[in-house]
Amino acid sequence: MSEKKSLFEKLASGQIWTSIFRGGGVPRSRRQRMMVVLNSVFLHLHPVRLPKHAVKLKFTWCMGGLSFFIFLILTISGILLMFYYRPTIEYAYTDMMDLTEQVPFGIMREIHRWGAHAMVITVWLHMFRVFMTGSYKPPREFNWAIGVILLVLTLLLSFTGYLLPWDQLAIWAIAVGSNMAGATPFLGAEGPGSALLAIGDINFITKVSDARFGLIGGRFLGEATLLRFYVLHCIGLPFIIMIFMAVHFWRIRKDGGISTPV
Amino acid sequence: MPENKKTSTISPSGPPPAALNKADSGSDVSRRSFFSWLSIGWLAFVAATGGFFTMMLRFFFPNILFEPIQTFRAGYPDDYTVGEVDLRWKVKHGVWMVRNDEGIYALSTTCTHLGCTPNWQPTAKKFKCPCHGSGFRITGIHFEGPAPRPLERFKITLADDGQIIVDKNQKYQQEKGQWSDPEAFLKV
Repeated sequence: MSEKKSLFEKLASGQIWTSIFRGGGVPRSRRQRMMVVLNSVFLHLHPVRLPKHAVKLKFTWCMGGLSFFIFLILTISGILLMFYYRPTIEYAYTDMMDLTEQVPFGIMREIHRWGAHAMVITVWLHMFRVFMTGSYKPPREFNWAIGVILLVLTLLLSFTGYLLPWDQLAIWAIAVGSNMAGATPFLGAEGPGSALLAIGDINFITKVSDARFGLIGGRFLGEATLLRFYVLHCIGLPFIIMIFMAVHFWRIRKDGGISTPV
Repeated sequence: MPENKKTSTISPSGPPPAALNKADSGSDVSRRSFFSWLSIGWLAFVAATGGFFTMMLRFFFPNILFEPIQTFRAGYPDDYTVGEVDLRWKVKHGVWMVRNDEGIYALSTTCTHLGCTPNWQPTAKKFKCPCHGSGFRITGIHFEGPAPRPLERFKITLADDGQIIVDKNQKYQQEKGQWSDPEAFLKV
């Protein structure tokens, strides 16, 4: 029985298609549709099926999804900004101004900045929604803990990105923030208990060995600080947050999918 | 169906008996020594991992800092007017030079609240921090805003050629009674 196949069906049963998409063919049954999601490295983190009432905007606000979407926007626009920005005291501010005023579609910098603000807001709202719907309760309590780590990483990404324009606002914000690190209990030179970490007269927590120094790479804000924050902002923290995001999304599926209204 | 192709290669009986015997006779590792080797292996792995993380932590604390030198020559005592706050080293070195009837002291421009730089307001006769509003008298004593303690003073001495040397490595804090130290104040 040879029925006339459409062009799409011909493509979907060809070798190129079936070699790229495991299973191949046009998904017809419920099982095949499920396998499409399970067989894709990108989609398999996501639940294969969602209860209709759980994707109501009224229930989820779509804040988790929006946070991830904004993260993708920030990643792409951030990579683009890296093509022009040089993290040195001599060039940082002028490169930022150049990006804003001369580079074609310099709005990329605005997108990155406003996106950063928006992501903090959506992550907070996502957390608020999860709390108000009781979605942090067992078996999802571990995923809540992962979410708290993701919130902290989001704020750290904001904090490290704040310094990069190297203007007065940035420098003083980081001056204040890094002095707080100096007041860390035990690990900050100005913090309580720092004198306890000593052997005899040798104090291990000093101005050149405390948490503040580790953060800013020197006794004062300077070239080392800018480079340290740049590397953390562009490589270190995104690397860590992506690992935790993968776990976060995967655990949603493993913990029985998105929580449903009671 | 493509699934049919897979089945032929797997033998249900497992590896041939000869291969099993060979593996058995070739190993003289007892159960007990296997576990002791296993623990040694794990300890080595933990030690190596711990060592690497220690290296990683230490890596962030360099031995040489490429920072500006913390001492500078601040000219002669006569360059400074009695009763005035001198701003000439504020931007470059972060120091206010203040001369009064008895001598000169070098005040740090770092606000003791959270590290911003206050501004000297000559008419109000006070240092006012723009970040959170801390205020300091000309002596450096705090009197308003969130600053918890007075501004710090730096070591100030005279060189052989009569010039003032300010050393920012050494600081003197009023609340610790250090301002009475002879090197915290240059008598002129």
